[in-house]
Amino acid sequence: MDLKLDSIGHSYGDLEILRDISLDIPKGKIVCIIGPSGCGKSTLLRMIGGLEQPGRGQILQIGDVPDGCLNPLTYVFQDFALLPWRTVEGNIQLVLEDHRLGAQQTEAIIADVLARTKLSDFRQALPKQISGGMKQRVALARALAVNPAVMLMDEPLSALDSQTRELLMGDLVALWEREPFTAVYVTHNLNEAVRLGHSIVLLSRRPGRIREIVEIDTPLADRTLGDPELERKQVQLWQLMRDEAVAADQELLSV
Amino acid sequence: MSDTSRSSAPTSSYKPVAFRGGGFAPRPHRWVGLGVFVSLILIVEVLTRAGIITSLTLPIPSDVFWTLVELWQSGMFYKHMVPSLTRLVVGALIGCTVGVSVGILIGLFSLARAGLVPLVAAIFPIPKIALLPLFVIWFGIDEMSKYALIAFGTFTPTVVATYGAVDNVDRTLIRMGQSFSLSWVSIVRKIVLPGAMPGILSGLRISLAIAIILLVAAEMLGAEYGIGAYILQAGSLYDLERLFAGVAILSVLGVMVSTLIGTLERILLKWRV
Ligand SMILES: Nc1ncnc2c1ncn2[C@@H]1O[C@H](COP(=O)(O)OP(=O)(O)OP(=O)(O)O)[C@@H](O)[C@H]1O
Ligand SMILES: [Mg+2]
Repeated sequence: MDLKLDSIGHSYGDLEILRDISLDIPKGKIVCIIGPSGCGKSTLLRMIGGLEQPGRGQILQIGDVPDGCLNPLTYVFQDFALLPWRTVEGNIQLVLEDHRLGAQQTEAIIADVLARTKLSDFRQALPKQISGGMKQRVALARALAVNPAVMLMDEPLSALDSQTRELLMGDLVALWEREPFTAVYVTHNLNEAVRLGHSIVLLSRRPGRIREIVEIDTPLADRTLGDPELERKQVQLWQLMRDEAVAADQELLSV
Repeated sequence: MSDTSRSSAPTSSYKPVAFRGGGFAPRPHRWVGLGVFVSLILIVEVLTRAGIITSLTLPIPSDVFWTLVELWQSGMFYKHMVPSLTRLVVGALIGCTVGVSVGILIGLFSLARAGLVPLVAAIFPIPKIALLPLFVIWFGIDEMSKYALIAFGTFTPTVVATYGAVDNVDRTLIRMGQSFSLSWVSIVRKIVLPGAMPGILSGLRISLAIAIILLVAAEMLGAEYGIGAYILQAGSLYDLERLFAGVAILSVLGVMVSTLIGTLERILLKWRV
């Protein structure tokens, strides 16, 4: 299943947030969206996920939802959004319960996603007992459990320290290598974007328009820390983004 | 030279940084509460026995204790306690159940909120005791009017605490539920209710204390037996020992209710950081 954004635009009252965004999200690819603070990245992602209605334009689903997919468009939140009163296992169960899968299948899915995110030993832990990185892995496991057609990730690593972020990026790449998933990945971290994105969409400052789409052909698994080719892409992106970021910063000050 | 000045000069002013980060974190101190009770009672005991406090002002605590023992031995304790506890449990159960349900309705539906919040605000400050005659007319002099008074009195604080608690449930968790296409019922049952539980429980703490206050008020009218009736009889005879014995029973009841809620919190809110 592919997604197509057809000239999306949106305003909150008089404030225009997004203007004329057209974008293809092909199956099995990770599309990163970067842009200065407040340019409407999260808003765009909410629209893709059907949590908000775009003022203009439409979001189209091309092709059928694959078999066995319980929740086609699935979020991974920046602040994890785990239920603190449920264990790791319980948090994953939560999203399966409404589907009436039967105990055996539910158990199989939980065991599988916990193994894939290396959490099998922490099934019974409560969120308060585990670290930030693990919490995000639980959120990831929960997203994988519903076998999504497209994962929508809003700065999933922003709440983590840089070492944990590095580790989790590795985990994401490994997960993708094992079974390519489709994802829209919002971030303001250029390094994450060049490590994880097959294509990187750079939005301008508010109102957000597409400034540039940068494709990176290096396979995800070969993108290592400090790869010169990636460094070059990152510098290129930063130069494009710099002026926007400065302008956006000034704008916020003058509000 | 710079070396010596660096190592020697400041030595005289080496000071550990003062710690100023403590407090503001309640820790359990098991026996302190009991200690405060016991020492207060001991002080009163000594002062009354020494005659510094006359027995007209305060009864001697040990006399109160013997009155309690006597009450127990005569079997009258049960006679008073059973109807009182029944009234408390039935009244508070009705009031809190309806209160929690209405509070959740207000929390979930804006129409219910618009319609009921002003009503609750209007009912809240009415001293329910003042309405006692009205309840007697409506529900008769029997048990029903007592249940009604307690239920009515616990209802409003429970409603207010509950809808406040529902309002405070983390919205991102609800968004998360929606993003996984959970059904409305699932979101309410598995996200909103557990999320509101801390607030609901602390509301119950207040409501149940109010229920005990109203219990005594309810027993002022046409109750032969009950802790409230017992206190009232003692009061009209200026029998301070029995008055205080009744008050002590109410206090113990209050502590027990509070402990009960505390236990409930420990079990239900294990997940809290
Ligand atoms: N519900 C809303 N009502 C009004 N304005 C909103 C609403 N949600 C977001 N905005 C505004 O829309 C703009 C874009 O918000 P959005 O959260 O999409 O930005 P973002 O690109 O994700 O920013 P950040 O990098 O800080 O996460 C912001 O200026 C914000 O104030
Ligand atoms: Mg955002």
